[in-house]
This record gives sequence, structure tokens and C-alpha cells, in this order.
Amino acid sequence: MPEDRVRQALGTGVVIEPVQSLTGAESIAPDHQGRGRESAAGYLPGSVEVDRGLLRDVEVLLTRQALMLDARRWLAWIDLFTDDGVYWMPAMPEQTDWASEPSIFAEDRDLMEIRANRLLHPNAWSQAAPWATHHLLGITLVEHAEGDRLATYTPFQMMELRRDRIRHFGGSYRHVLHRQDGGWKIRLQRVDLFNAQASYDYVIQAWV
Amino acid sequence: MPSTLDLDQLVQPDRVHRKVYTEPSIFELEMEHIFEATWVYCGHASQVALPGQFQTLTIGRQPMVMVRALDGRIHVLYNRCPHRGVQLCGSPRGNTGSGFVCPYHAWSFHLDGRVRAIPLKQGYEGTRLNPNDPQCSMTPAARVDSYRGFVFASLSPHCPPLLEFLGDARVAFDDMCDRSPEGEVEVVPICHRVVQQSNWKFFMENQLDALHPSVTHQSTGVSARRVEKRVREKHGEAPLHFHYLSTFASSFDQWDSVQTVNFPRGHGVLKAYMGLRPSDPDSRAYEDLLRQAYGADRTEEYLSRSIHHVLIYPYLSVQSPLQQLRCLRPLGPDQTLSEIWHFRLKGAPEAIYRRAMWYFNLVNSPATMINADDLENWARAQWGLQARGNDWVSFHRNMGSDTESAGIVYSTKGTSEVVMRNQFKAWREYMHAAATPAATAQAPAAANR
Repeated sequence: MPEDRVRQALGTGVVIEPVQSLTGAESIAPDHQGRGRESAAGYLPGSVEVDRGLLRDVEVLLTRQALMLDARRWLAWIDLFTDDGVYWMPAMPEQTDWASEPSIFAEDRDLMEIRANRLLHPNAWSQAAPWATHHLLGITLVEHAEGDRLATYTPFQMMELRRDRIRHFGGSYRHVLHRQDGGWKIRLQRVDLFNAQASYDYVIQAWV
Repeated sequence: MPSTLDLDQLVQPDRVHRKVYTEPSIFELEMEHIFEATWVYCGHASQVALPGQFQTLTIGRQPMVMVRALDGRIHVLYNRCPHRGVQLCGSPRGNTGSGFVCPYHAWSFHLDGRVRAIPLKQGYEGTRLNPNDPQCSMTPAARVDSYRGFVFASLSPHCPPLLEFLGDARVAFDDMCDRSPEGEVEVVPICHRVVQQSNWKFFMENQLDALHPSVTHQSTGVSARRVEKRVREKHGEAPLHFHYLSTFASSFDQWDSVQTVNFPRGHGVLKAYMGLRPSDPDSRAYEDLLRQAYGADRTEEYLSRSIHHVLIYPYLSVQSPLQQLRCLRPLGPDQTLSEIWHFRLKGAPEAIYRRAMWYFNLVNSPATMINADDLENWARAQWGLQARGNDWVSFHRNMGSDTESAGIVYSTKGTSEVVMRNQFKAWREYMHAAATPAATAQAPAAANR
């Protein structure tokens, strides 16, 4: 009777004890590890104590920076930068030099001006559905503070809407700020896009 | 399977039916009879410099992996475990050590794809599975070959040798490598990937379409021209990277003076127009290095080749004077991935690399101010061609006025649509294999030579 066979089969069994033995994968290929895996640790920002009023000034500047991008005030946004200011989005997080390594964006103020005027040109065809974004900023950490120079770290999320398609970008800003005429200006806006090396559905038309 | 008559109706010498861009069944035939039947670019040898290094890729619809074996040879294998189908490499690139091991049941393979070990082998005794059968090893591509470090594979054994496939378009790789004092390039290990919501053919047509730049890229061209002029007035000269953008604002007459050269098999060249041979101190020092390596005559020959970019149909655009390329991997009739790579000239000064890098950043990066408008046009064409109001796409401009010599067509005017006519001529030759199954055993484009 088949039912008896089943009852018999289910009536016996083993228990695999956690003894020291080679796993199946090890018995086949002892060097089976790390195939195609990269184990480099990510960037962990530092943090120093600064005056609360100073921190507030910086937060307002960086928030306004993002709000101006969302509001498409391109020329006013460029004016947040020092004359030698740079906007840089590296292709890889371990990159350190905007002028010698392949980047997503690597722009001084001249190049920023070209991009701004392209976006504002009546025949910028791809602006028929205008670039539209919404940023959300996280808490700003001051990584270094020295005289008229600050280095900050701010995580962000950004939604982009084009026609009916939504894209989601995230990452972190690393700003170098200079005190100038009683206020702060951006010397470097480094944008480490979390999904910088993922494939892009279409391109990025404006600064992030 | 379409009949010859259907193909000839869809693709006529001066116009094509909109369906060739939109129809899923035609896309499937393209994958089978073009992309999976001819030589496809896999990558550069320096991407897999060390034994065990691999790079995954797709050929047509097939998942493949290019890998360097212990003896230094490069293999291109189907990325599939013969046991239950699991992909053996799960990352785009990396190092797989001395062999592949399947993460599911630990079947393992040598780097050339031959089976190394099957666990619990005795379990197969008395079954139909024979461990010595090639079916138990990773399947290799039918053909693998390379030219000057650029590796190609074909999934069909019935294609002409690689050099015959490349034909005169091999100048893409000569022009790139000859600019190195060592005659070689190496990859910059960053690959930008951009998806266009449109058919792959739009990209290929656009690359040699000299009428579009001053229309499509007007906004960027005029903005760049204004800044370039100001910088030049202020400093006496302006860095070349402004010119990369400002030339797009040239007039129709100027574009008509830029010739296209159209080869058999759909390949072609857009001749130079950016003036990429400046005479600053960095460039002079670099040219001295080339003269030391090659002598004055050959250096002059190498540096005066008039090339903006070379197209290798149906998937590659090589910007040889700036050492970059874009490789298409079609995803569907209305979706195409491009992989964008940059190379270093071995032995050339850093300044020469950086000058080319600016083009990679400004024109070929995912934040490109140029391709932003190209991709927009192609997506709108993809949507527009859904319209039943007019079934035809026109390639009539300057038809009959171009000059042909030894199978190569030279445009009389740079904006001649001979480019698209030539590409579709090759398309028809490939696709005729679909219409007449008996012909698949022959080289599809052989009639072209």
C-alpha cells in the first residue's frame, strides 16, 4: 500500500549535527570567495562642534541652494558660488580631483553659465517638458572649520519629474564654503550621487 | 517570418516604413539575424587585464561573459551554468579567481569554460548526462577575435572573418591606437550607461546626420559660443573644451562641407570638423613623442586623418580622435542602452588625456548638454511613428547626387541622407537571411564586397 510506504518513510530520519566538516561549496572549490565582490568601505563623514549661529547660517545657505535648483533660478544659483567656484559630481565615490578624473559633472562658473543659458534658451527642445525636481535635505555635519573656511556634509534625496516619469536620486553634498563679505559662498559643491554608476533612464539636464 | 517582398516593401531605397522602428516582431528578427549573427563588440582587452577578470555583456538577447584565462587568452562564454541555468557571474565586472563556481550547486568551470568539477558525480551514473559532453561545460561564443586590443565575438559561425566584417571601418581602432606613441590604448575603468526610450537605429542614423546639430543643439551651441568668445577676449585664447560645444552652432552651409564616407555593411565615417589638432606647447610636446616613435611622415599621416567619428554598424560609434566609444545594447524596439567608454593613449602626456576627458565629461557623460536633446528627439520620433497618418520615414535628401567608388559612397553634401540609405542597405542584406532561411548559412553582407 502506498500509504504504508509514506508512513514508513516519514517514520525514519537523520539529524545533521553541527560538526566540523567542509561545506558543500568548500569541498568543491576551497578558493570560492569574493568572486566579483568589492569590499572597499564607504565614506564616513567626520563632525566637529561649531557655534550654533554659524551652523544655522550654513544650513540656510545649503537649503536655499537646493530650493533655488527646484525653483529653476539658474543664474541666481550660480551666484551662490565664489568666482573660482566649482560644481562637481564624480563618477565614483573614491575620486578626489575634479579636473583630472572622468566625472558626471565638472563645471567652473564659465561652464555653469553655458548650462544655465542652454536651459533658458527658447530652443532647448528637451525643456519642452521642463526640468522639475524636489530636494529633501538631511542634517548638515560640519566636518572641518578653520577660520573663513568650512567643510560640510549633507545627505539629500531628490525626485525628478519629466512628463509622467519619476526618477529618484539620492546622495550627499560635500561643500567647501568660504566666508566672503560677511556671508558664505560655495567654493566647491561636490555631489556624490548614490546611483551615479547605475544606468540612467535619459540624462540629467540640470545640477542636482 | 516575413517574405522577401515584405522586406522590400518596408525598406525602400529612399524611404522606410515606420514599422521597422516600432514593431516588436521586426525587433526580434533584428536580434536574431543581425545582432546574434554578426561580430559584436565585447570590450577592450585591458578591461580583463589579469587572469580571472571578467566583464559581462549582452550580445543581442544573450547573456555573455568575457574573461581572461590563466594562459592569457580571452574567452567569451554564455553566462549560464549548464546544470540549472544560473548566471555564473552576477556582477558587471570583477575577478572570478581560477575558475567559475556556480552559487547554486557548486558546479565549477575553468576560465575557458570547460567543466572542472561536478559535485556528487556518481549520481549521474546510468543517466543520460555525460560529464564529458560539451553540454556540461559553459558554451563558448562561436567566434572570438580582436583587433588592436578591441575584442569582438560572434554567436554565429557563419560570418566573415572579423577584419572582413570591419572592412575600412577598422580605421576607428587604427586612428585611436596610432595616436599613442606605444600604439596602444587602455580603458579608463568607468562605464557610463544611458538608456534612450527609442529604437537603436535612431542613434546610428543620428551619428552621421550632419543636418541635425545646428538645429537640435542650437541652445547649447550658442550659449557656449558666447562664453568662448568672452574667454578668448579676456585671455587671448579659450580652452578647446568650449569649442567641443560651440561648433554645434555652425550654419547649414558649414555642415554641408563636412563629408560622410559610407562603407559596405552600413559602416561609415563623419569627417573631422572640430579642429582637434591645436598647436599649444602640450600638443607640440606630444607630437614630438609621436615623431620619435613613428618618424615625421607616419606621424603626419596619423594626425591628419580627417575623422570625427566612425560608425561600426549596427551598434558602435567610435570617436577615435578623442579615444571614446559608445556601444549600443538594444533592450527592445523602443528602448536602447548605450555603454560609454573612454581610453587612455599609452605613453601620451597627461595633458592630452585631460583634453579628451573634457569631451567625455561635457558630451558623453550622463549629464551631457548635447545628447540631452538627441535622446529627446529620438523618443519623440518613437512616439510620433505610432501615427498612422503617414507610414513613411523619408531619406530622400540628395539622393542620386552622391559619388560611389569601389562600393564606398562619398557624400557630395555633408547633409546628404546617404547615411541612412547606406545603413538600411546593410539592414536589408542582414534581414534577407530571415526571409530566406536557406541563406542563413552564408555571410549576410557578403554580396556587399
